[in-house]
Amino acid sequence: MRFLKKTRYEQDIALLEHNGQRFWYGLLLLLVLGAPFLIDGFYLGELSLVAIYAIAGCGLMLLVGFTGQVSLGHAAFLAIGAYCHTWCLGAGVPLLPSLLIAMSLSAAAGMIVALPALRMTGIYLAVATLAFAVIVEQGIAHWESVTGGYRGLAVPDASLFGLSVTDTTFFYYFCVALMLLATLALLNLLRSPTGRAFVAIRDSETSAQGMGIGLARYKTLAFALSAALTGLAGGLLAHKIGYLAPDAFNLIMSIQLLLMVVVGGLGSIHGIFYGALFLGFLPQGIALLRDALPPALANIPGLEPGIFGALLILMLIVEPDGLYGRWLKIRQYLDEFPLYRAKTHKRQKQFLRTERLR
Amino acid sequence: MSLLSVRELSLSFGGVRALSDLSFDVEKGEVFSIIGPNGAGKTTIFNLISRLYEPDSGRIVFAGEEMTKLPAHRIAAQGIARTFQNTELFEHASVLDNLLIGCHVHRQTSLFSQMLFLPSVRRQELAFRKVAEDVIDLLDLAAWRHQVIEGLPYGVRKMVEIARALCVQPSLLLLDEPSSGLNPEETEDLAFWLEDINEELGITVLMVEHDMNLVAQASDRVLAVADGQFLALGTADEVRSHPDVQRAYLGDAADSGAQA
Repeated sequence: MRFLKKTRYEQDIALLEHNGQRFWYGLLLLLVLGAPFLIDGFYLGELSLVAIYAIAGCGLMLLVGFTGQVSLGHAAFLAIGAYCHTWCLGAGVPLLPSLLIAMSLSAAAGMIVALPALRMTGIYLAVATLAFAVIVEQGIAHWESVTGGYRGLAVPDASLFGLSVTDTTFFYYFCVALMLLATLALLNLLRSPTGRAFVAIRDSETSAQGMGIGLARYKTLAFALSAALTGLAGGLLAHKIGYLAPDAFNLIMSIQLLLMVVVGGLGSIHGIFYGALFLGFLPQGIALLRDALPPALANIPGLEPGIFGALLILMLIVEPDGLYGRWLKIRQYLDEFPLYRAKTHKRQKQFLRTERLR
Repeated sequence: MSLLSVRELSLSFGGVRALSDLSFDVEKGEVFSIIGPNGAGKTTIFNLISRLYEPDSGRIVFAGEEMTKLPAHRIAAQGIARTFQNTELFEHASVLDNLLIGCHVHRQTSLFSQMLFLPSVRRQELAFRKVAEDVIDLLDLAAWRHQVIEGLPYGVRKMVEIARALCVQPSLLLLDEPSSGLNPEETEDLAFWLEDINEELGITVLMVEHDMNLVAQASDRVLAVADGQFLALGTADEVRSHPDVQRAYLGDAADSGAQA
């Protein structure tokens, strides 16, 4: 165990608390930057996908994990980002401005979704966002002049400083850089008034208002920021998949994104990355599993979504705090060994219910 | 001029008249208590002042400003902070974060500067921390500073809620039954802290309270209400011995007993 003697308030504000963290995160950063030299092209591509998922995860975690607003419609923001970026590239806009435009359009769509969110909570909000996702998917399918409908839309090549995004190594670094920026922005927000306002809304809307936090303003802001990050991920995803079709952004995608933050651990930044790794490599895992299974089982249609769904339910029952929550418990066990008490994390029943003004 | 004046405030929920034509004034610098039997409309008064309820008629004027037009989230910036009867803390945040959320109305940095965590944001965070630490010192919460609210004992939660309200740096503090759920010792501490808050920080306190000892010890003036109507106003002793107040609490038996 490590005991920190803090003598300045800055130590509580700092992102990295002590040298141990600096060492391990530094090592992780080196590994991430060195990945192109360590693994082959296919897995590097998969890692870029993990970075893209992590960017979308930052957006969704901000909304679901920190502001407490459920969204089953994030595939729509991914789609808006992807199609807008592709269309802009086709119109001759350079890579970075095009991504910025995609983010802005997605953020605007997020603000529109926030309008009903101001009046709805929980399951009703989930249904409303789901409806939004269906509308966007259908809109893309039928607005053929811009999106190509079901025929699809090829994503043009783009380059930055003369390096093309079709170059696997460059694309990997590009995605990782944007992922780090997104994470840093989210971390900074969470240690400043705006991020705390989101958390306040999640935990008690009544007293958030009492502390001077305008619900309309901050919920709209949370949706806009979340949609912008997801739109950015959508733009990158367009390059990754190379050819856009409406069914790439269907309901399953929305559920997978939500699954990512729930499996990772709601309300934690680490959870985003655990979830993104999980989501990025689960298809590989399932493919390997398919090879190992007898053909009768392996060829069942819908094996993949089935396993996704089963894992989600299992996760909610066994470990609602997600993979990161499980890791924290394991670490505590190791820290306190052999004094760890079995019921340390047993959930307590709350006998006190507050009167809520709704 | 009074700090807070409530004029002919009325509110009905369906057929239930929660408040009818209630008027009172709170003077700057005093501790003003509202007492009354259950269902008298005490918490309703608080919810009207903090704009969670819309009054049917009447006015609330605070420091010369009409409050009845403002949305709920603008009340804190006017200088009114409140606590809740059964505590409404941010359960999954630490005590410190709860207090820092209390500082929210004093923020002066933009969204983008916060995303980049510019030096101005860092300075502001340090200033907020100083405010929070002063409150932690005042209310003796240092032992709980980094604990998450979920799992804290009830007495500590009550104090954290008062602390969070103090971080707003209000001129008027609304306390909704601060002593409910506290043991006698904690209630005694509370009386001292109320004095500190009132005298050292110069904050006017308006509280709803059932514990008459605490009310008598801490308040300058007491208002008694029953069934949403004005009963009596005066010092704790005057109100306690007022015949209408005794009737409201003890029923008519008190009268017949006194006569017999």
